[in-house]
Amino acid sequence: MSASTSFALLANATSIPWAEVPAWPVAELVRRTAGELTRGARLCAWFGVPEGAETRLVAVLAFDADNTLAVGRSAPFTGAYPALTTTHPQAHLFEREVWEQHGLAPEGHPWLKPVRKNNGNAPANGEFFRVDGREVHEVAVGPVHAGIIEPGHFRFQCAGEEVLHLEIALGYQHRGVEEALAGGPHLATMSQMETVAGDTTIAHATAHATIMESLAGTEAPLRAQWLRAIALELERLANHTGDMGALANDVAFLPTSSACGKIRGDFLNLTALVCGNRFGRGLVRPGGCRHDLEPERVAQLLERLKPALADTEQAVAWFWDAASVRARFENVGTVFPAQASEIGMVGPAARACGLVRDVRYDHPAGWHRFAQAPVAVWPSGDVFARARVRSLEIQRSGQYLCEQLATPVEGDLRSELPPPAPETLAVALVEGWRGEVCHVALTDAAGRFRRYKIIDPSFHNWTGLALALRGTAISDFPICNKSFNLSYCGFDL
Amino acid sequence: MFVLDTIAHRLKRGCETMAYPKGPAPALPDRHGGALKVDATKCADGCTACVPVCPTQAIARPDGKPVALDLGRCIFCAACVDVCPPKAITQTGDHRMAVRHREDLVLGEPGQEQVRLAVALDEKLRRLFGRSLRLRQVSAGGCAACEADTNVLGTIGWDLGRFGIQFVASPRHADGLLITGPVTKNMELALQKTYAAVAAPKIVIAVGACAIAGGPFVGHAQVHNGASAIVPVDLFIPGCPPHPLTILDGLLRMLDRLEETPRGCKALHSTA
Repeated sequence: MSASTSFALLANATSIPWAEVPAWPVAELVRRTAGELTRGARLCAWFGVPEGAETRLVAVLAFDADNTLAVGRSAPFTGAYPALTTTHPQAHLFEREVWEQHGLAPEGHPWLKPVRKNNGNAPANGEFFRVDGREVHEVAVGPVHAGIIEPGHFRFQCAGEEVLHLEIALGYQHRGVEEALAGGPHLATMSQMETVAGDTTIAHATAHATIMESLAGTEAPLRAQWLRAIALELERLANHTGDMGALANDVAFLPTSSACGKIRGDFLNLTALVCGNRFGRGLVRPGGCRHDLEPERVAQLLERLKPALADTEQAVAWFWDAASVRARFENVGTVFPAQASEIGMVGPAARACGLVRDVRYDHPAGWHRFAQAPVAVWPSGDVFARARVRSLEIQRSGQYLCEQLATPVEGDLRSELPPPAPETLAVALVEGWRGEVCHVALTDAAGRFRRYKIIDPSFHNWTGLALALRGTAISDFPICNKSFNLSYCGFDL
Repeated sequence: MFVLDTIAHRLKRGCETMAYPKGPAPALPDRHGGALKVDATKCADGCTACVPVCPTQAIARPDGKPVALDLGRCIFCAACVDVCPPKAITQTGDHRMAVRHREDLVLGEPGQEQVRLAVALDEKLRRLFGRSLRLRQVSAGGCAACEADTNVLGTIGWDLGRFGIQFVASPRHADGLLITGPVTKNMELALQKTYAAVAAPKIVIAVGACAIAGGPFVGHAQVHNGASAIVPVDLFIPGCPPHPLTILDGLLRMLDRLEETPRGCKALHSTA
């Protein structure tokens, strides 16, 4: 399919001179992008690049089956353009964002409103979609929630218990990550990349480091790539295990909840064994890794990993053995495969809808070119499926880690990077535990960032949560929400 | 079968809650480093090697003055430790870092080489909160790692409930707020409203570099540089994120629930 595209092709973790990215009038870019999406491509990124008083739109597409990415851009323009969303809903948040950031109006967009814009001391939420009728009531939740979680606002339209529509308004965590990258990288950039989403530190840090390496025309030493892959799976294990515990807690199944809460900490402590920080701060750096995993540390890691995996296996087995748990999860919060594909879902949430979609497999970069874990898929699209995919991924990540730790790679851990290439576009995808982390950088004539775009998997998946709630009882919102466990800060940037 | 299986498992594992604070504190990971210590007398004249490597501008060396490291701004990357030629900045491995006053986090002056650890609340507040403290957590920007390691305190290993400390769903039920994140402009109103909804007397705890001073996002137009810009803060717990042990130490220190308090005053539960 990619062989006949008019877009410029590039592999994950590589770069392309800006001049070689084909440019069309904006209507043509929209038409061609729509054509590729119809043929099965996926929209990874859709963003603006200011050029004088005008803006160019850039499209980054993924041809998963062909293991290749594609980019195209528009000619500079201002004002309005025909919306891509009208034919391809997966563009809807991207187009809202482009409208918010550059004032380019997507004509025909059905729900054009701000994404994270500030309105004084709160986000500019705009009008919420409202269902009218005597029996209909509205429930507003947040931004401050009942637990220790991030802020966001949920507006439910309900008929009795049944949710007719959920609108999710975010932006409360917006702290200017992308804006701060202009003219970068700066001294604070690496620590900001590690805190795009604090529970996804390794994935975002790896994506950024990969961008810097690709702009420098090189890659990190193999030993560093091996270590990054290990840290990435430790991150996945900790978060998936925590999610299994949280799901168990929400259906009052306390044995698994208690056990997983503790085991999650055990996995975080393994990351801390590698780099000192439970979330992996300070490990990944452009050009390699900052801490080594010496043989004795590998041995210690394996020694602690195996009982933690066995504990997880047991805690998760209780959970699946209990009919009361299965009954609470089955047929609740269903997203149908066609919907998931249409809105461009990624990660475990997409795989739980039967979509075989995993960057480690579809677009392997770094160590994943040499060693992969099987992709975990479940077809039913409900809370059960999302929990099931997580527990499969826990098994496979555990297996992967044991295999990789048994065969360490010799060599340097870090290399000096040449300066970044000027006027170049680089794309890096990493399969974080929530799904596809996408970083796109465009450098200026001096090799500094002219534009840096970050797409956390949550950006694709929040709409999935909204769809999952349709026709579901509002009392099932907590388990639906936990089954996605999306990032607010990764979305808000 | 899972009922018998889980009961048998529980019996076999026994109590998994750590002995701390009655027993020893769990060890920090060896690469964690703990709190920093600054011995400015070791600084070479005019040396500013540590200043430009700090990603959050936590280190300053004004002309003719000793180096000043603000542990509230610090994200513990240890870049300064690596570059300091005479090893004036060192890692102590100490998990204890919580302070009551912002300036107690600034290290460097003679006698101020380390943080000046928090003293307990006054007697009236200790009587109110010492054995039962209910907190409302407000996440206001940041990356959610501080939230994650605050949540960890509720797991069986840490069991925050044994100290009478609990996170509640409504500010109306709370004695105070635990704030994370630099406080984005977008969360300003929500934080103000939540603070106002807590009945007085109330306390505020700022957890993490963001909530203390803006963290990695310090200086961004979209954020306030910490919770103090919006509400008065009673306890600052540094880290990026702070280790759960550091957070727990801060909470217990403030409530005078640790055996070894800096003032050596008696714990409330033994006098009440």
